Amino acid sequence: MAINWFKYSAPTTFYGLAGKLIPWFAVSAAILFAVGLYIGFYVAPMDAVQGEFYRIIFIHVPASILSMFLYLVMAGYAALGLIFKTRLSSMMATAIAPTGALFAFISLWTGALWGKPMWGAWWMWDARLTSELILLFLYLGFIALHASIDDPRRADRAAALLAIVGSVNVPIIYFSVKWWNTLHQGSTIKFTGTSMHIAMQQAMFTMLAACWLYAIAVVLARVRSIILERERNTTWIAELPEVKS
Amino acid sequence: MKKTSMLDLLVLVIRRDLVLAMRRRADVLTTLIFFVMVVSLFPLGVGPEMAMLRKMAAGVLWVAALLSSMLSLGRLFSADYLDGTLEQMMLAPQSLSMLVLGKMVAHWMVSGLPLVLMAPVLGLQFDMSVEALGVLIIGLLLGTPILSMLGAIGAALTLGLRGGGVLLSLLVLPLCIPVLIFGTGAVEAISSGLDIASHMAFLGALLVLALVFTPWVTAQALRISME
Repeated sequence: MAINWFKYSAPTTFYGLAGKLIPWFAVSAAILFAVGLYIGFYVAPMDAVQGEFYRIIFIHVPASILSMFLYLVMAGYAALGLIFKTRLSSMMATAIAPTGALFAFISLWTGALWGKPMWGAWWMWDARLTSELILLFLYLGFIALHASIDDPRRADRAAALLAIVGSVNVPIIYFSVKWWNTLHQGSTIKFTGTSMHIAMQQAMFTMLAACWLYAIAVVLARVRSIILERERNTTWIAELPEVKS
Repeated sequence: MKKTSMLDLLVLVIRRDLVLAMRRRADVLTTLIFFVMVVSLFPLGVGPEMAMLRKMAAGVLWVAALLSSMLSLGRLFSADYLDGTLEQMMLAPQSLSMLVLGKMVAHWMVSGLPLVLMAPVLGLQFDMSVEALGVLIIGLLLGTPILSMLGAIGAALTLGLRGGGVLLSLLVLPLCIPVLIFGTGAVEAISSGLDIASHMAFLGALLVLALVFTPWVTAQALRISME
């Protein structure tokens, strides 16, 4: 039996599919968050060096990983939309951007909370912190450009081009910032191959999976609203049971 | 009719944009005055201690150059867009990337080069040493064209939008960070007696990369904006 892989690349079919998938992702995200937080707070032992403060990594690290990864996913969808002119890809890129920006912000915020007791300062001009901040700027630029163009097709394409330029620039920015910082001073605290306790690893990976599932659920929900908004004048939207009633 | 070569075309566009800029000298001067003003404000803000000023001179000059190049980017395509010239350029049989490159070069000559020439005078206000000034100039010579080229992408994307100017800075400034880092890093290196070759090599590499890719990307952005 041949499967039509492109069936769900049309907003019409994807709208229904996303609606069916959202509860699964949302519920499993909630369960994993609960499990991850339980392991993180009750099972994982106290860190020898950092005491209880280290526990913030259970949200900090997944948020940082996702903020970087989501940018690439977003740029990928944006590129697909630009090259193949598929409407859904551009909508996905638009839907991912706020979640990515949120994770970048959480990562910076929790990093600052961790930095105050550990480094004695809310903010260090550390290479990673700085690149994360620049990543947040790139997300905000994408969202701002998309928001200020009225025609959605032009907005999609312009923002896509910006995302692609940004993703080419991200490695250059990262290495230049890293180099800039090492020129000034080494980072204050280094984690060099400390073997992590198994419970810490479990907590971290559970939280990472939870964040992933959360991101997927939220992006799908957002893409559904975008589909509704953009296709509001079509007949299939008018025939949807939730719109009719 | 004689077929114009790529180079003729480039020279033609550059000359046209320079003539247009010279007819409206005020625009060129505003950028330069803005640069001078921003740089002069810093000592007033942080205090007149020479040791500190010497240390931050390169950073101040670079950031001011970055900001003033943003200022003039809005005009890069908007005049041609409003009077329809840009549309004709896109219809022209010649490569749009080449035309865009010409406009970028002209923009740099009008708004980047004066800053580079002005920088040593301002550097003296900050008591920079002669070697440091030399490195600053070379860095600015390599770096300001990159700013013009990256800025052109933003200018093309925000063409004809409400509040385009602020948005343009929001889009372009993060992309310019590597240039800023290597430009100021070189001056810092020479001041502390280190080798500057690696900084300059990076700036040169960025310039070459920008020269190859940005005209094409800008041309694509213009096509998106002009649909």
